[in-house]
Amino acid sequence: MVQERVMEKLAILADAAKYDVSCSSGQSTRKNKNKGLGDTGGGICHAFTEDGRCVSLLKILLTNHCIFDCAYCVSRKSNDIKRAAFTVQEVVDLTIGFYRRNYIEGLFLSSGIFDNADYTMERLVRIVKKLRLEENFNGYIHLKAIPGASEELLKEAGLYADRLSVNVEMPTEQSLKLLAPDKNHKDVIKPMQYLKNEIIGYQEEKKTNYKTPLFAPAGQSTQMVIGATKENDLEILGMANYFYEQMKMRRVYYSGYVPISHDNRLPAIGTPVPMIRENRLYQADWLIRYYGFNVNEIVGFDQPNLDLDIDPKLGWALRNLHQFPVDINTADLEMIQRIPGIGFLGAKKIVAARTFKKLQPDDLKKLGISYSRSKYFLAFSSPFYLQKDLTPLQIKNQILNLQNSKYKNNFSNQLALF
Amino acid sequence: MTQILYDGSYEGWLTAIFEIYEYKLKDVVFAKEETSNTLLFSNTHSVTTDEVKANRVLNGLQQRLSHHGFHAIYFAFLSELDQIEEILFRFTAYVFASKINIERDLSRSEVLNVKKAAHLTGKESHRMKAFVRFKLTKDGLYYAIIEPDCDILPLIEQHFKNRYADQRWLIYDSKRKYGIYYDLENVSTVEMQFESNTSSSFLAEINDENEEFFENLWRNYFKSVNIESRKNTKLHIKHMPKRYWKNLTEKIPNLNKR
Repeated sequence: MVQERVMEKLAILADAAKYDVSCSSGQSTRKNKNKGLGDTGGGICHAFTEDGRCVSLLKILLTNHCIFDCAYCVSRKSNDIKRAAFTVQEVVDLTIGFYRRNYIEGLFLSSGIFDNADYTMERLVRIVKKLRLEENFNGYIHLKAIPGASEELLKEAGLYADRLSVNVEMPTEQSLKLLAPDKNHKDVIKPMQYLKNEIIGYQEEKKTNYKTPLFAPAGQSTQMVIGATKENDLEILGMANYFYEQMKMRRVYYSGYVPISHDNRLPAIGTPVPMIRENRLYQADWLIRYYGFNVNEIVGFDQPNLDLDIDPKLGWALRNLHQFPVDINTADLEMIQRIPGIGFLGAKKIVAARTFKKLQPDDLKKLGISYSRSKYFLAFSSPFYLQKDLTPLQIKNQILNLQNSKYKNNFSNQLALF
Repeated sequence: MTQILYDGSYEGWLTAIFEIYEYKLKDVVFAKEETSNTLLFSNTHSVTTDEVKANRVLNGLQQRLSHHGFHAIYFAFLSELDQIEEILFRFTAYVFASKINIERDLSRSEVLNVKKAAHLTGKESHRMKAFVRFKLTKDGLYYAIIEPDCDILPLIEQHFKNRYADQRWLIYDSKRKYGIYYDLENVSTVEMQFESNTSSSFLAEINDENEEFFENLWRNYFKSVNIESRKNTKLHIKHMPKRYWKNLTEKIPNLNKR
């Protein structure tokens, strides 16, 4: 490698790729065969950036040359920035060199669209094939599926990558049309649909024939930019729910818009990144995927946005006080998980410990459960203290007094754009 | 009060547990041989590590615990927490005294403390799968230095063996002065003295010619992926505690750059 040039390219093409938030590196099952290099499975964050996000993959663009002009994207055609492109061999050498030093779990490769979709996709596929076939590399590979690429290329990508993703970018067609006039939702949905069917097809075949090759074993994911346009959380979570249910997505990522351009269609440079809103969306997403909540329980037409000052589980509980108090000594696991202040693991610990004795408030504290937060929702029956009849607002205020968020000032800051 | 002197190994501790029952010792306090202060104690009992006795304790525990609970004891031992020997002794005493499996009885401190210690070790061993940074030497060895709080090398061995099957590597724990070395076939434990303050010129001499380039590439990458407008130092430090920084390439400024 010509060292100086590669150093410069890496700075440019890593910088351009950093807004892609997908960082998952688990959920795959590639084993190290015949003394090759690498395996996947655990999912390890090898480092954390100063903004606190995890670095598990070498996340780069093959090139930031792009024929499109999407307003929210740093690589857009009309943006006056330095352009660069890696060669196939450079990406392979970087991946292997980083992986062998235990810097990364694998590669996340995306690209600006140069020439046309197939030409770009073909290049990405060539890199993955080289890593798998020539370098005997079994680490994690996440490949961006380029909208509009042919099914043959998508299929080849699936045979060598662990995960594929097509970013929907904007939660509604209307916003996409506004900010990315060259794109439409159909071009994104079509490859998703194709990949979904292939993934299911290979999984079915694998059940009867163990020799069936892996096909995107870590499934597909997508990403939406939030806070750049006027969508409410109901629309965003509704879209996410569609991806989980209809497209069998493993993950939907929410990317709080980082202002990068002076474009009057977008929030001005200097507008704070909507970090709490992003965080609340991830919390809501988590409730839907792991806690058995229905989207409609979290957001609805009467309250289309998530509360910024409290988490969505507490929000739900305050709107549904009739379901409380819950007696942790008798309630089932699912209901205990719904108590604010008691998480997934906490609920499991409670169910384990209560088989030995009737749990007291002190026991909850010992188990590391936030009693001060959960006490408003716990059963009145002895031994728990009698809680006075408080209104949702009183409970909310008491809980808010317990916490001291550095984002307090931002809580009422919904972006007013239009 | 009896002070129990043992050699600091897991087998040694298991032997000690056996002998506490064998000699009906009361009010025990553990000490590793080198740190003992025998004058303070009226009774001192020295334990000679004995495989047969250790295995009898292990078998007893295995019969009374789940696979998970059984391993938690070993994990907790490796945590090297203050008084972990006593904490674990109270746990085993409760295990042996009960007719049923008690490992889920988390409202009892005997059980919860062991679970917490095991969790600490598990967490750090996961972190050390992440925070090992190999450097390549001229003769093709990938070596890394770590300084974990818990003695986690035995727990990460298999992970690195599976992952880096085609390269020779050495991971050295400079706090405990031993390492694990993979020679393309097996992993073995090696004891050695590593100079902690090796000069950069010495390292430049033993390192592969591309090593510095890759380290700088990585530093450069680490810088490029940060989003300044999302800066969150508290979160950064929570995930990557400062005590690990001195062995993390991306956190060490490039000394040769002027």
